[in-house]
Amino acid sequence: MKCRALSGRALADITLEAAAQGDLSAADLRIHPGTLRRQAEVAERHGNPQLADNLRRAAELTALGDEELLAVYEALRPGRSSRAELEAIAVRLEAAGAPSCAALVREAAAAGARRGLLRPG
Amino acid sequence: MTEEPQAPRADGDAGPILGRFAGLDRRPLNLDGLSQEDDDAGLVAFESRHDPEPSIEIDDDGRVVLLDGVPAGRFDVIDSYIAGHGIDTAVAVEANSLPDLELARLIVDPATPREVVVRLAGGATPAKLARVVARLRPVELQMAIAKMRVRRTPSIQAHVTNLLDDPLLLAADAATAVAFGFRELETTVPVLGDAPSNALAVLIGSQVGAAGALTQCSIEEALELELGLRGLTTYAETVSLYGTERVFVDGDDTPWSKAFLCSAYASRGLKMRVTSGGGAEALMGAAEGKSMFYLESRCVALARAMGAQGVQNGGIDAASVAGSVPGGMRELLAENLLVMLRDLESCSGNDALVSESDIRRTAHTVPLLLAGSDFLFSGFGSVVRYDNMFGPSNFNGEDLDDYLVLQRDWGVDGGLRPVTEARLREVRERAAKAVQAVYRELGLADLTDERVAEVVLAEGSRDLSPLDPTIVLEAADAIQERELGILDVVRALEHAGFREEAERVLAMGRARVAGDYLQTAAIFDEQMHVLSKITDPNDYQGPGTGYEVTPARRLEMANIRQQRSRQDLLQRQAAGAAGRFRLVERGAAEPGVDPREVCVGVSPALATRLWLTISGLPVGEALRQILAGLEEEGCLARLVRVRATIDLGMIGLTAARLAGSGIGIGLQAKGTALIHRRDLPPLACLELYSIAPLVTKQMYRALGTNAGRHAKGLRPVPVRNPSTEQAIEARYHAEVVAMVAVERDECLPGAPPVELEMSR
Repeated sequence: MKCRALSGRALADITLEAAAQGDLSAADLRIHPGTLRRQAEVAERHGNPQLADNLRRAAELTALGDEELLAVYEALRPGRSSRAELEAIAVRLEAAGAPSCAALVREAAAAGARRGLLRPG
Repeated sequence: MTEEPQAPRADGDAGPILGRFAGLDRRPLNLDGLSQEDDDAGLVAFESRHDPEPSIEIDDDGRVVLLDGVPAGRFDVIDSYIAGHGIDTAVAVEANSLPDLELARLIVDPATPREVVVRLAGGATPAKLARVVARLRPVELQMAIAKMRVRRTPSIQAHVTNLLDDPLLLAADAATAVAFGFRELETTVPVLGDAPSNALAVLIGSQVGAAGALTQCSIEEALELELGLRGLTTYAETVSLYGTERVFVDGDDTPWSKAFLCSAYASRGLKMRVTSGGGAEALMGAAEGKSMFYLESRCVALARAMGAQGVQNGGIDAASVAGSVPGGMRELLAENLLVMLRDLESCSGNDALVSESDIRRTAHTVPLLLAGSDFLFSGFGSVVRYDNMFGPSNFNGEDLDDYLVLQRDWGVDGGLRPVTEARLREVRERAAKAVQAVYRELGLADLTDERVAEVVLAEGSRDLSPLDPTIVLEAADAIQERELGILDVVRALEHAGFREEAERVLAMGRARVAGDYLQTAAIFDEQMHVLSKITDPNDYQGPGTGYEVTPARRLEMANIRQQRSRQDLLQRQAAGAAGRFRLVERGAAEPGVDPREVCVGVSPALATRLWLTISGLPVGEALRQILAGLEEEGCLARLVRVRATIDLGMIGLTAARLAGSGIGIGLQAKGTALIHRRDLPPLACLELYSIAPLVTKQMYRALGTNAGRHAKGLRPVPVRNPSTEQAIEARYHAEVVAMVAVERDECLPGAPPVELEMSR
C-alpha cells in the first residue's frame, strides 16, 4: 500500500522541489492515521501489544490540532482537572473518533479520584 | 578537579595521619560521596528489606487483582497502570512461579532464544524481575545484555550544547558529533527561552556531512512536545518516570499524562522514549524504603505498559546516588538489562559523570561497551566538559580519543570512528555557514563571517568572542512567534544553496510520514535505512552469532590518527642523519693489549640507519660523551661495531673481550647502554642504563667515567637509573619495535666485529 501523508500527498511527492516552490504545507509532513495503524499491526505482530495500543491512540490523535493535543496533555497532569472536566474531555475525544484515548482519560480520572490527584470540583 | 579533597578522619583515629592515608586522601576518588546502606532511606542497590515478595493474582476476567503484595484496592497509580496494561496475564502465573535462579539462567544462557526470555519477562511482575536480575553476576549481566538488547547494531548518542547557546557553535558541534559517528544528538539550554534556536541549529548541523542523525531538545515536557510537533526536533526523550507515586506526582505528571504524551509524539510521527533511573526516588526523599533496583523495575514495567518503545536509564541524573552504595555500579548496568528484558530500546546511561575518579568512571562504562547496547551512551558529552549544559557526562569531548582507542583495543563497535582534521574543518565550516545562511534567510539573526571562522577553530565556547545574549533570545522568540517549522528550514537551506542539507532535513520530515522509525530501537544509518527491532533484530546466540564487526568497520576503527607505521616511526631517524658524523669501518677488530684500553661496542644499525636514541639524542652525541668520560679517566677508547648480534649484553661482552683492560661498553642505537667485563656471563654486567628514554648526556658521560674507573680497578659509584611515573613502555615501545627491527635487518650473524673510526 502506498504511503501517504495526512494531507493525502504521496510520500514520493514530498520533494525538495515541491518544498522550494512552497507547495508543501505542514499537513504534508504529518503522519496519516492509516500509517500509524499499520505500524501498530507491525508492533503487535512483533510481540508488543502495548506499543501497538500506543500507536493506535496516536492514530486517533492525528485528528487533533497541536493546541488541542497540548491542552489534553495539560488536563491530565496532577491537580489540573476535576473528574467532571476529565469526563467532558473523554466525551469530546469519543466524538472526535478517539475512543481509546477517551478510555485512557477515563482511566486516569478513576485512578486520579481514588488517589486524590484531581482538582476538587 | 584540582581542589584538594578533605580528609575527614571518619574513623575517629586521633593519631598523626599516616603518609599512606594522606596520599590516598588526595586521590580524586575521595571527592566522591559514598553512602552507608540504609534500607529505610532507599539507599540500597538491590533487595531492600522493605521490597515486596513477588506475587500476582489474576481474577476470572483476566484482571490483575494482586501485584507484588498489593491488592487492587490499594494500588497506587504506578501499580494501577502496570496491572492494567503491563503484565501479559497469559504467562504471568508461569513466569512468576519459576524459581528465581531458573529464570536467571534462561536469561543468560545463549542457547535459550531471546524470544523465550522476552515472553516470560512479559508476565513477570516488577518485584519478580528485580529479584531475578539481582542474582546475575557482572559477567552474566554482560552475557544477558549481549543476547537481550533489541537492535543488532549498537549505536551511541551525543550531548551537543554550549554555554552561550551560540547557534553557529551548536551547528558545528552537531556536525562534529555526526562526523564521529553519533546517531542521536541531544541538546538543551542554559536559558530556557533559547530552546527553539538551539533545536533549529542542532537540526541543521546534524544533517551536515551525513544523513539521518536524530535530534532532540531536552526541556520542559510541553515545550519539548511543541518543538517536536513543528519538526524542529526528530525525537524526544525527556519524558521522566519515577518508581514511587509521590515522586511521580512531584514530577508533575501521572502515568496517564505520560502515556498520552507518548501517543501525542507518535501522532506526529515522532520517535520518543522515556527516562528513569535508580536513585532518583532516594534523591527526592521518597523511596518508601524500597531498593533502587526494585523501583527501577517498576519504572521499566510502566514504560512497557504505556507503550513507550524505549527507556533511557542506568546512569542518568541520579546515577551517583546509585554509585554511592554497595553494588551501585552493578545496579546501573542491571537497569539496562531490565529494559532489554521488557523488549524495549535501551538508551544506556553513561550519561551523568558518576565519579571524580577516571578509573571509576571508566569502570562504569566499560562493561556495557564490551557487551553492546542499542545506545551505549544516552549522552556522551561530545563537546568539552564546560560546554555540557547537562553537566559533564561520564565521557566527554576530551575523552573522544580515549574512547576510539578503547574500541580499537577490544575490537568492539562503540559506534564511533576516527575523523581527520581536514574532514572536521570541512563539516564544522559547512554547518556554521548553513546556520548563518538560514538565520539570515529567515531574518532571525545576522551572524558574521568572522564568527563563523572563530567557531570552526574553537574547541568550545570559551574560545569565542562574547555573544550578545539577546541575539539568540530574539531569534528564538521569532521562531516561536512565527511558528517556524521544518518546512521553513528546508526552504531556507535550499534557497541559500545548501541543497544537500535541505534534502536531508526534508528526509527527516518524510521519515515521520513513513513512520518506520516509531518501531522499537529505530535509528537511521547514513543511507537513511531504518535499523530497528523489525529490520535489524539482535540474533545473538553465542559465539559466532549476533552483531559482527565487519572487516571494513574493523579497519575504520583501527585507523586512528595516532597510529604509526614503521616508516612513520623511523621518519625522524632520517632527519637525524643530517651528516654531522660518520663511523668508518677499518677492518676486523683485534684484541687489544693496553690495560688502559676500553672498547665501546655499538649495535649493527647505530649510525648506519639509526641516528637518534629513543630520547631524541643524536647517537653521535651519546658516543662523544662516553668517549669524553673515558678520556677524563685517562683511558684509551676504541670503537668497534658488533655486527653479529643485537643483544646488548653480547655487544658489551664482545667489546670487553676485545679491550686490553677487559672492560667494554655496549651501546644500542636506541640508547640503552651498559658496562661489561670479559669474565662475566653475557647477561650479567657491571652497570646497566636500561631506561633509554631517560638517559641524558650527563649519564653517558658518567658511563664513560665509570667504565674508565672499572678499567683502572677502582670501584666507582654506580649511576642510578632514573625513576619515572610515566607509562614509559606505552609511550616508547611502538618506536622501540621499529628500531629493533632495523637493528635486526642490519645484523649479520657470524660476522666478526669491525674497528670503527669516528669522523666528522
